[in-house]
Amino acid sequence: MSGNLQIGEDGRLRHFLSIEGLNRALLTEILDTAESFAGVTEQSIKKVPLLRGRTIVNLFFEASTRTRTTFELAAKRLSADVLNINVNASATVKGETLLDTLRNIEAMHVDMFVVRHADSGTAHFIARHAQPHVSIINAGDGRHAHPTQAMLDMFTIRREKGPDFGRLTVAIVGDIAHSRVARSQIHALNLLNVGELRVVAPRTLLPAHVESLGVRVFHDLREGLRDADVIIMLRLQRERMQGAMLPSEHEYYRLYGLTRERLAVARPDVTVMHPGPINRGVEMDSLVADGPQSVILEQVTYGIATRMAVMSMAMHPTPAQDNHG
Amino acid sequence: MAGALRERLNIDEHTAMVGIHTGGVWVAQQLHPLLGIEAPPGELDISFYRDDFTRIGMNPQVRPSQLPFSVDDRHIILVDDVLHTGRTIRAAMNELFDYGRPASISLAVLVERDGRELPIEAAVSGLHMKLGDHEHVKLSGPAPLCLEVKHVE
Repeated sequence: MSGNLQIGEDGRLRHFLSIEGLNRALLTEILDTAESFAGVTEQSIKKVPLLRGRTIVNLFFEASTRTRTTFELAAKRLSADVLNINVNASATVKGETLLDTLRNIEAMHVDMFVVRHADSGTAHFIARHAQPHVSIINAGDGRHAHPTQAMLDMFTIRREKGPDFGRLTVAIVGDIAHSRVARSQIHALNLLNVGELRVVAPRTLLPAHVESLGVRVFHDLREGLRDADVIIMLRLQRERMQGAMLPSEHEYYRLYGLTRERLAVARPDVTVMHPGPINRGVEMDSLVADGPQSVILEQVTYGIATRMAVMSMAMHPTPAQDNHG
Repeated sequence: MAGALRERLNIDEHTAMVGIHTGGVWVAQQLHPLLGIEAPPGELDISFYRDDFTRIGMNPQVRPSQLPFSVDDRHIILVDDVLHTGRTIRAAMNELFDYGRPASISLAVLVERDGRELPIEAAVSGLHMKLGDHEHVKLSGPAPLCLEVKHVE
């Protein structure tokens, strides 16, 4: 269902809601297009006129700094006009429904919504109800998906390791249960035919039936990291945890924290990633986060080119018209 | 074409050549070694600068532009396979100016055909063609380079 919503009759991107429902050719096209946008930073004017006259609204129902800022920068480098709306602090507090908020902003002739919400499925819901010329980009919905983060991670891996994902062993470590990033990464890595995909976590931080997603499950960090080419550390999402899932952050670090000693079992040219923000001394030691294998800041940089690619590909060719009389 | 370029343009250490994807890059690869230009040839993909995004959307086969030299104060020879409406050249010039301020831009094309929609002309062209409304000329390559006229409805 989500696939039909995301891909138009011509086979091109219509909305970008989740990695599920997309195909390998489209993911590769996103990565190739992002590669071209990465070159724009070499221009003295780091901007292209592609989306001149288009309006993109960052509709954020949940706090975010990095994601919102990189979406905003990406839109500005495409020459679109950008509006940032933090709904927490406005209309819903006054009792307006999600659809009323949507209709009101649509009436301002916008072309694209970038949506983040704490509830899974919000971006799909908005895509189903939006005007036909309006495109929706999911910037994170609940525990469900964060597809632009997954694509910028794929872009980072391709830059570091080359285009053949088939020879790579990738380990995703940490709070898989609460992570929309991990879900999107798993789908993307499988679509790109990754050689071996592992998840490493305590039982309490793994979703039920995680094996059905096509991953090998490890509970021991040392075993899970052995000969890995890429290690993706996830943020421990204390704010999403209800009940006693972990004894303490200290205990978590003792068992699952990434240190230089533990990194030694991975391949010597291993790449270490983290979607941010890092809890230093909880998921990883500062010596690893700031060390030579870490590409955490590159991920932020590549996020802009990747989001430029997704936005320009999903933007409807015909601009929004006055449909409201 | 190389002879005409040498004759009409003052080629020196400030000259650089830029081909427009895809056909223009092939033509530039042929011309560049014949002219003794020091700077390696550049490549432009003008997809992000086209004026028809609202009609056709994003080009799915975009490639990175590569200009391995500083554009500032360069005499740039812009190379394309076919000059038709002039819109591609306008887009290419807009893109070049986002890299810097060239001293000058000259245009060299393999085929100059009728149908200009903008006040843009080539300094040097290999071939002049007058084609019907439904005819298109296309360069295929890179080896061998081959010009073909097609009838399209």
